[in-house]
Amino acid sequence: MDALLREYLPILILLAVAAGLGLILILAAAVLAVRNPDPEKVSAYECGFNAFDDARMKFDVRFYLVSILFIIFDLEVAFLFPWAVAFGDLSMTAFWSMMVFLAVLTIGFAYEWKKGALEWE
Amino acid sequence: MSVADIAFYAFAVVTVVAGLMLTISRNPVHSVLWMILSFLGAAGLMVLMGAEFVAMLVMIVYVGAVAVLFLFVVMMLDVDFAALKGEISRAMPLALLIGVVLIIQISLGIGAWVEADGALGLRDAPAPHGVDNARALGLILYDKYGFLFQIAGLILLVAMIGAILLTLRHRKDIKRQNVLQQMWRDPAKAMELKDVKPGQGL
Repeated sequence: MDALLREYLPILILLAVAAGLGLILILAAAVLAVRNPDPEKVSAYECGFNAFDDARMKFDVRFYLVSILFIIFDLEVAFLFPWAVAFGDLSMTAFWSMMVFLAVLTIGFAYEWKKGALEWE
Repeated sequence: MSVADIAFYAFAVVTVVAGLMLTISRNPVHSVLWMILSFLGAAGLMVLMGAEFVAMLVMIVYVGAVAVLFLFVVMMLDVDFAALKGEISRAMPLALLIGVVLIIQISLGIGAWVEADGALGLRDAPAPHGVDNARALGLILYDKYGFLFQIAGLILLVAMIGAILLTLRHRKDIKRQNVLQQMWRDPAKAMELKDVKPGQGL
């Protein structure tokens, strides 16, 4: 356990440095920067125009579809990791089990390709 | 205190504070960002417990994908948050009551929890020693638990088809690009050179 944690020590140090640097930059902006706000400076604008409407507008549902398809293939890859790591010691059942799994998801992939879900219009 | 202890307390505090901020922050987009921080803290705790593979899965699946999905949902809802706040203050007493009941149930459950003799020895797949996480999982997941693995694949397939059926709408009124048609276009047929005499025009 300790040996494993020792391998993660550089990542921990990197995390601490990154968090510390982020905090320093934010605090420096809050403490050192000169601030003279006036209504024109702090109001929202779009490329020099006054804002047409609120920024909280509805998104196209298409973005949602893309991210859901991304998650599904993300999970497929997550299942591939342990299979690849243990590949040398796997039984034939395990090998073909993964092939069936990939085939099932390839059917889904072909379906979404033919439906045009991957195309942006 | 060793470095591991300090890291444990740091990750635990980050996770709990982020979870708290997730529930009390007024802007739902900020809530999602706090949720991502809470997932990151949980991943750190998993690493400290030695469950590296689970930690990496939390990073890839939850931080990388599910959080993005939550952001999209929040942005797609288009809720009038000012109107929602009045509703929340009206429903507050009931919510507090349910919260107290839940806390009492959880504390009763944990208080009454005992481990039976030899329960640890009855585990289906005890954690092996000297084998790293991902490898130990790979050795049992695909044949011993092959049926569950295939069910997982089918669930992913159903999710994919369901998402496409529910959200895919093709617009009819726009021009689309046909790449093959463009590539197979023959310049000899598509254009014509004319020799125009000066002063005559076509």
